[in-house]
Amino acid sequence: MSGSPYAPHTASETTAMLDAIGVDSEEALFDIPESVRFDGEFGIDAKSEQAARRAVASTLADNDDLTEFLGRGHYDHYVPSVVDHLADRSEFITSYTQYQPEVAQGFLQALFEYQSMLVELTGLEVANCSMYDAATALGEAATLAERLRSISGTRVLVPDLLHEGRRGVLDNYVAGSDLTVETYPTADGNVDREALTEQVDETTAMVYAENPTVRGTIEEGLDTVGDLADEHDALFTLGTDIVALALLEEPASVGADVVVGDGSALGLGSAYGFGLGLFACRGDRELLRQVPGRLVGASEDSDDRRAYTLTLQTREQHIRRERATSNICSNQAWVALRTAMHVASLGPDGLVELANDSVRRARETAGRLDELTGVQAPVHDRHHFREFVARVDQPAEAIAADLEAEGYAVHAVGDHEIQVCVTEANEQALDGFVAAVSEVVR
Amino acid sequence: MSRQQERPDEQSETLTFEQASWVDPDGDRYEPLLSEKGSETVEVDSELPDDLTRDSLELPNPSEPELARHYTRLSEMNYGVESGPFPLGSCTMKYNPKFTEDLAARADASIHPDRSERSTQGTLGLLHELQTYLGDIGGMDAVTLQPPAGAAGEFTGILVAKSYHEANGDERSEVIIPESAHGTNFATAAMAGYDVVSLPSNEAGRVDTEALEAALSEETAALMLTNPNTLGLFERDIEEIAEMVHDVGGILYYDGANLNALLGRARPGDMGFDVMHYNVHKTFATPHGGGGPGAGPVGVTEELREFLPDPHVRATDTGYETHTPDNSIGKVHGYDGNWLVLLKAHAYITRLGDAGLADASAKAVLNANYLAEQIDYEIPFGPFHHEFVASAGEQDAADAAKRMLDFGVHPPTTKWPEIVPEALMTEPTEIESKRTLDQLAAAFNAASASDTDTIEHAPSRTAAGRIDQTSAARNPRLSWQALDDEE
Repeated sequence: MSGSPYAPHTASETTAMLDAIGVDSEEALFDIPESVRFDGEFGIDAKSEQAARRAVASTLADNDDLTEFLGRGHYDHYVPSVVDHLADRSEFITSYTQYQPEVAQGFLQALFEYQSMLVELTGLEVANCSMYDAATALGEAATLAERLRSISGTRVLVPDLLHEGRRGVLDNYVAGSDLTVETYPTADGNVDREALTEQVDETTAMVYAENPTVRGTIEEGLDTVGDLADEHDALFTLGTDIVALALLEEPASVGADVVVGDGSALGLGSAYGFGLGLFACRGDRELLRQVPGRLVGASEDSDDRRAYTLTLQTREQHIRRERATSNICSNQAWVALRTAMHVASLGPDGLVELANDSVRRARETAGRLDELTGVQAPVHDRHHFREFVARVDQPAEAIAADLEAEGYAVHAVGDHEIQVCVTEANEQALDGFVAAVSEVVR
Repeated sequence: MSRQQERPDEQSETLTFEQASWVDPDGDRYEPLLSEKGSETVEVDSELPDDLTRDSLELPNPSEPELARHYTRLSEMNYGVESGPFPLGSCTMKYNPKFTEDLAARADASIHPDRSERSTQGTLGLLHELQTYLGDIGGMDAVTLQPPAGAAGEFTGILVAKSYHEANGDERSEVIIPESAHGTNFATAAMAGYDVVSLPSNEAGRVDTEALEAALSEETAALMLTNPNTLGLFERDIEEIAEMVHDVGGILYYDGANLNALLGRARPGDMGFDVMHYNVHKTFATPHGGGGPGAGPVGVTEELREFLPDPHVRATDTGYETHTPDNSIGKVHGYDGNWLVLLKAHAYITRLGDAGLADASAKAVLNANYLAEQIDYEIPFGPFHHEFVASAGEQDAADAAKRMLDFGVHPPTTKWPEIVPEALMTEPTEIESKRTLDQLAAAFNAASASDTDTIEHAPSRTAAGRIDQTSAARNPRLSWQALDDEE
């Protein structure tokens, strides 16, 4: 019988250790009643490293090789090699939560830098060092609104087009609270501000909007949404992503109290929905005491040098237990590290350029598709970021299936609507994609 | 006088350790912040109308060589599993096999979650295999992989329990949790809208069945337990406990934090647990990443399968598909969870197989028991399995831990569980050799032999000296902007 390849014991060491303990077998160390012992087999055959790699690779090869024009809240941007190599340094990736900050200054500083980048990008004073993803960050924002004494309402208002995954998670996060979730209408992709005005009142706890929206449109007049929430003592939570933040209106300047969204658009690639939840908020005392998740703060060490540590931990589950601001413990710290590395590698010029390219690519690609017979793009008479919805004369599901047969993936988002997302990761395939669309839409 | 000059005498039997540190010439900080190395403000010009865009953006602007050096220096001021032993109790800090990283880096592993099922048969196939492996390992009938962390798994499991009761027309209000349980259990129950009933331990450090009897009622939605418990003790009365919970119609929940003790030897499903979560970043060797990402799959009995999150992967005659379970609780993650973490766990399980998994628990328990024999601190409760909780006695456990840092080891979890005064909760895992355990024991014993003054001033050989927690919390400076405002 072979053992774990990662347990280093020789037979003689095992014997010496058993002797030191005073037992004659490993089995004797297990204090498990006979009646619940498992002596069966799982039927999993041990493999050599090479065989294990081959087995996983062989199954993965069953994924079709498609060029994806997919987005809707989760994006694929090119991740520079330097990010992979630095983030994979074992001192980072094999470390734990920084409960001993004296030996964890490196990761703490990197997370402090990540928080600072979000502070700059959002204009808000506080950012935590991660939530699981955009959907769970939205859920945390809602329960934060409920905890705030300055907010007495219980209604959470979200756009009718909210991504189904985000809506589903939000529903579960509020299930244990007094909050209810309601939708407000959108007009041509964006917030229908007149309709929203009708819905917001003193019973409102939170108003949630996104920029860009799930349909790729860029919001206009978000400051009026901020004012509306403010007038009725509701929290204004804005959903966005790390690239859009570099270009679109600064959340603080439109009155956002909380920013949530996806951070993994930089640093991670598609990764089958594996993400990073952004969470930033205003820094007044009430919010600071109620913010969910881990926070890294600056302090001094015994040599009076600036040093970093996890702080304000009395908000957290390991101290506050059932009165904690969230149950989150393990988070996405390593993804936040990657995202910070990617932001730093782009610098402000590179990041703004990437964001501007996202506007240009969506406009140009929509323009090219609009020239084809059987396609009108974009559906919404708005500015777009990275992606847009196109109307197709044929059923959208059939178009998506036909495009897949040609090697391209798009979203079918309505009976006759497809959604197309363009980044530097798929731009090189645009000519072939447009040609394929022109074939299948006829 | 600097910390280096104040060093206590070297302990001959311990490893000599010096963590790299990069001290800025100013002397009042270590490696400067990226922002201090050079930032740039750019005016934002765009084809968009001005009122839709921000005015400017200020961010660090390092060259790639500067960036590489910055993060390399930071990494040198960070201690990981590959730096040395990391016996953090309850955290199962195993070695993370390198080949799993190579698999996670594959291009065909990084696909968009909104692709059609017919084009993602590889990913769905691996997810389905992992569901099956985990179900077999835990003795559970169905598994969801969606929860992105252990606490998210708890939340999922408690929502499943809640939906089950609601489907029976049964509104229940309480979740029972042992006092010594993980903090996430309490927070999770509250998040799901339950009142928490805290359960004391008996004198042997196990569930007090009389107290449990008193706590159980028609209001009991679930009892959350970990087994072995946080003292490393197996709950020998587990079958009786399961019967008691089931008699009042409650659900028995298994917190998988300590599953490494049982691999191949006992299964929560066989003990009467109805729902469990797995911490793949503990038991199945995926890296902790400085605090995450993890993954917290949830296993359930056949009776609870219909409540699992949406979507769930299942096999068809020709491949794999996702479906919505009949009474699904809905979503706990925007997509399908932390896929790349799950992929690494799959690869680890495949590599070890039955024999390797059983050996992992054998060696984890052997290592904990051997280490316990070598250390001078008292260990009040036993027999323990993969971890033990020593008491620092007259010493402050947090100070003793700081002293251990000086010997090139990561200290145990401190001051928890509170049932042991000044607790040092220690879990060496199966990856340590006898020689490393001897060095680790020497570090424990050197700390144990240190006087109060020494441990209060420790550590002295780490990148940073003892950090002032109080000032960090009293005057929160959470960004470089906050530091600038101060100056």
